[in-house]
Amino acid sequence: MTEGLNIVVLVKVVPKSDQVKMDPETNTLDRRDAESIINPPDKNAVEAAVALKDKYGGKVTLMSMAPPFVDDFMRLMIAMGADDAILLSDRAFAMADTYPTTMVLAEGIKKMGNVDLVICGVESADGGTGNVPPGVAEWLNYSQATYVEEVDYEPDDARFVVKRSTTSGEEIISIPKPAVLSIELGVNSPRFPDFALKKELDSNYKLTIWDNKEFGLEPETIGLAGSLTTVDGMVQGKTRERKKIFLDGSSDEIADKLADLIIKSI
Amino acid sequence: MNVKDWKGIAVLIEQDEGVAQHISWELLGKGRELANKCNEPLVAVVLGHNVKPIAEEAIHRGADLAVLADHELLVHYKWETYSKVTNEIIKEYKPSSFIFGASPNGRDLAGRLAVRAKSGLTADVVDLDITEDGSMLGSVPGFGGSILAVIKCETSRPQMATVRPGIFTAKEIDTTHKGKIKPFKVKLTEDEVSTHLIKKITVETEDISKAKRLVAAGRGVGSDISQVQELAEMLDASIGLTRPLCDDGVLPRYHQVGSTGVTVKPKFAVVLGISGAMHFTSGIKDSDTIVSINIDDKAVIFDYSDYCIVGDVKEILPKVIEKLKAKLLQEAK
Repeated sequence: MTEGLNIVVLVKVVPKSDQVKMDPETNTLDRRDAESIINPPDKNAVEAAVALKDKYGGKVTLMSMAPPFVDDFMRLMIAMGADDAILLSDRAFAMADTYPTTMVLAEGIKKMGNVDLVICGVESADGGTGNVPPGVAEWLNYSQATYVEEVDYEPDDARFVVKRSTTSGEEIISIPKPAVLSIELGVNSPRFPDFALKKELDSNYKLTIWDNKEFGLEPETIGLAGSLTTVDGMVQGKTRERKKIFLDGSSDEIADKLADLIIKSI
Repeated sequence: MNVKDWKGIAVLIEQDEGVAQHISWELLGKGRELANKCNEPLVAVVLGHNVKPIAEEAIHRGADLAVLADHELLVHYKWETYSKVTNEIIKEYKPSSFIFGASPNGRDLAGRLAVRAKSGLTADVVDLDITEDGSMLGSVPGFGGSILAVIKCETSRPQMATVRPGIFTAKEIDTTHKGKIKPFKVKLTEDEVSTHLIKKITVETEDISKAKRLVAAGRGVGSDISQVQELAEMLDASIGLTRPLCDDGVLPRYHQVGSTGVTVKPKFAVVLGISGAMHFTSGIKDSDTIVSINIDDKAVIFDYSDYCIVGDVKEILPKVIEKLKAKLLQEAK
């Protein structure tokens, strides 16, 4: 058993959303030219984890289901205060929807053993479903809190106290460990990576890679084959016809025309 | 699993402090359409304590059946009690589809239930359709284009979906609409609830999805939105922001318009300094009249606009406000 909290942060490297194009020939997403970034709320998740480690001791392990090219991002997040990184990487995991994705992530967490807390970003910028955190919690039979703004730990009761946002405002709840949390974007200030450490890691750190041999999951239960949703097709979104009238003239004239237009419309 | 054994469109009616959330009535409105199309019953699922009036309202808003799980341990949303009871309802009633609001609690529940019930879950759909034999089709916006991916769940039931507020329209209350309320026997004991509610904090929010007029601002305006606020006040309009501005904390998240925010359908929208990425336009494209100011004459936003102004919003907006003031003053005289 680890002294303090044994924390896993689930992270994802995503394409920068405004650089992803649609391939008109195949109707599929073309991510080739897009720059990769750490999914923005995942940095808040790392910060929340490292802050808990600073306060209560323990260990922070990054985990991602991804191809090996994301290793540089993992080193960057280790330089932010995480201790280690595990990549769940296998061709058989690819093209998975939430059901097999959460199953594989849960297998990774089970294999680590004795995990107290799993922290995720609230949702991924590319998939954007926010379904992964509660899905992982279900596979693991852990308690859960999503849309979390603040988290603290009560060692005597082995419970986490979290503030989460809801439709009507916020609520403060207490949940027992082990737990899964999803952290909202921007709720804390992610610390800067220690670049000297990053440089050192670049030359001597080797991250752990687990493929399906570690788990022995049946091929029909993972990846595309294990997905419960399928893409039936692509359709053009309904857009209404627009007048597209360009107002011209000097900025004064334009402002005058717009003011008239506003008065007429309201 | 024989998918033919599963029938009915179920909608989770979300409530807080005994008040139903409007999103649930929107989903019920759409659910009615889907139920008619595949000729299956529309089932409202109501969880809470002392919430029979909500079940009655669900009938009056189009449900054929309201399954009412009324229990003191369901008074507040908690993932463990709500997922347990909803899963029992799924097993007993076997609905073919199950629709949830994409609210914090709706997603908290749907994400967990989808794994427990081994259901395909289509998140944040912008449209829903159904085939005559009950296969649900959920449209989800793709990246950076106006193309929607149509998602279906062929092998699993129920077919689950979450929907953002403002996309569908609620039906008006019709007290002559008939349906059945069936109480659901809730078996919950205090000792199986490990989540403790310590405190609820109600924050005044504004539902911009119902705004008749909207002024929207993006990167071209920047973080100082004082003039946007001034214009909005003059027009008695709500303010919408793009995601980056909300990420920067310019205004709270409930002002965010787009695929990860709120869908708006105002009669009149002024769009300022927004280039028109799909994430944003998907949330505003059904507005009646759209006027846009953008510095780039090739900005995509102009494809979604009735009136287009090429120029620096920081230069034009103060002049518009000034002219408006003068004109309104003159009208008042």
